[in-house]
Amino acid sequence: MKEIRIHGRGGQGAVTTSEIIVYAAVQDGKYGACFPYFGFEKKGGPVSAFVRIDENKIREKSQVYNPDCIMVIDPTLLNSVDVFVGAKENAILVINTKTIEGIEIPGNITKVAYVDANAASMDIFGKLLPNTIVLGAFVKATNWVSFDKVSEKTQEIWGPKNIEALEFGYNNVVIKEVKGGIIHD
Amino acid sequence: MKNIKVLDGNHAAAIGAILSKPDVVAAYPITPQTPLVQHFSQYVADGVMNSTIVEPESEHSAMSVLTGASLAGARTFTATSSQGLALMYEPYFRASTMRLPIVMNIVNREMISPQSVWGGPQDSLTVRDAGWIQIYVEDNQEILDMTIQAFKIAENKDVLLPINICYDGFYLSHMTEGVEVPLQEEVNGFLPPYKPTHVKLDPETPMAVDPLTPGNYLQYYRELHMQAMDNAKKIIKEVNDEFAEKFGRDYFGLVEPYRMEDAEYVLVTLGSLTGAARIAVDMAREKGIKCGLIKIRSLRPFPKDEVRELLKKAKAIGVIDRNVSFGWHTGIIYQEIKSAISNLDAVPTVPFIGGLGGEDLTTDLMVEALDCVIKAGENKQIDNEAHWLINRKGR
Repeated sequence: MKEIRIHGRGGQGAVTTSEIIVYAAVQDGKYGACFPYFGFEKKGGPVSAFVRIDENKIREKSQVYNPDCIMVIDPTLLNSVDVFVGAKENAILVINTKTIEGIEIPGNITKVAYVDANAASMDIFGKLLPNTIVLGAFVKATNWVSFDKVSEKTQEIWGPKNIEALEFGYNNVVIKEVKGGIIHD
Repeated sequence: MKNIKVLDGNHAAAIGAILSKPDVVAAYPITPQTPLVQHFSQYVADGVMNSTIVEPESEHSAMSVLTGASLAGARTFTATSSQGLALMYEPYFRASTMRLPIVMNIVNREMISPQSVWGGPQDSLTVRDAGWIQIYVEDNQEILDMTIQAFKIAENKDVLLPINICYDGFYLSHMTEGVEVPLQEEVNGFLPPYKPTHVKLDPETPMAVDPLTPGNYLQYYRELHMQAMDNAKKIIKEVNDEFAEKFGRDYFGLVEPYRMEDAEYVLVTLGSLTGAARIAVDMAREKGIKCGLIKIRSLRPFPKDEVRELLKKAKAIGVIDRNVSFGWHTGIIYQEIKSAISNLDAVPTVPFIGGLGGEDLTTDLMVEALDCVIKAGENKQIDNEAHWLINRKGR
């Protein structure tokens, strides 16, 4: 089973992103389940969503405490939320950031995939909508769901501009191996 | 080819209701039920179906509208949660004692105080004696399938009782997963139209409904109501079996046994927490421990014979309650199970309480519960204090 925890801010589409991943997993012939961290979601406040993908039916109904992948849609969350808590050994970090210099990456994360989704979002949409760009980066970095199915659902929900964003993330993500918190090219 | 859609629990419920073609839907929105009503209204607005939707000013009015509609011969559907259910208590009771086969999904939400919007079946369990059939489900597929089955059970001429399909708020209502959606023609072939004769407001053939009634008659009506509940046991199983044959999904009727073949240590579960308990059972089985679980699906009518039969060889039992019974220091399901097995030899039975107010009931906690049951069995400890399951993850 692959467990994913998505960190975003209210209004950034973290929950819808989790639903698109589940859609793709199911279309790929696997099982998927997701739900948001329940609360009174406020625009701009930290939100998280939990996704599970497996070859078998997913039975537990609880939050993801030990993710195989952590997706960070908004880099400023690093200042307020411990996004790394509980990460599994050899976990993957997918993050929206210009640079990973200065980010203290814990030892159990062995792969970092990053893309400057804020800058790309300004180019594509003229405003800050980084989630589909990070989603594209996630698909490339993990290869857990097929790009075509993610693209299909993204098109249905958000339309063609977001396909451009998704493709940007997929094609421009920088993937680095990490060992003991030290980044390798 | 299977028609698999990716749906959250509320959307699955809305589709189940749409496929059942209710004539009248009256609902007042409340978290976490709100998206169900939203989806339903969308389908009607899109012309997918032509139910009459009433948006009343409260849940009390919603149930009252459906009471009138059902008396006029309509198939009716609604949904609510928590305080909404509490507010409709009076017409809720009347719907059952007037024998109106209204279908109402209850999206289980914790009762106040303190303020909470999160999951927990305290709301519907508290009104278990109001004469409705209550069925609790585990995942989104079961929500959809049981919403369809609900109409067939409720409208059966030997039952004619309203029914609740209860599912955990957020854990199912807002959880998205793949759900197989039956075709309309298939559902049409399974669920015939509702044609009431037992109680109906019809100017052509007038009938006095709900007049002031002295105790001797009222007592007789209660007896008939109890008889209908007993009949429902058979009908729930029959409808389950017919559904399984037509749609290929079998839920075992009133209670589902899981790995119970030779089980000595047994967990009793209800609702969405069952999945984690299944995993705990599988893990213990891998170590050679003879354990299993039973999932209570029908709380009313309560499957006392089935439960007694399934538990008669158990060396120890644990009941997982996501609710409380104030004054007993146990949960409600624990009381039900103890009543059902009261004429068996005393067996260690442990009351567990956890997952209140939307707290996670993780696989780890189910393992903890099972370990505790095994220990109580080995020590032959008949009397057991409530064991509170406390989620320490993410704290």
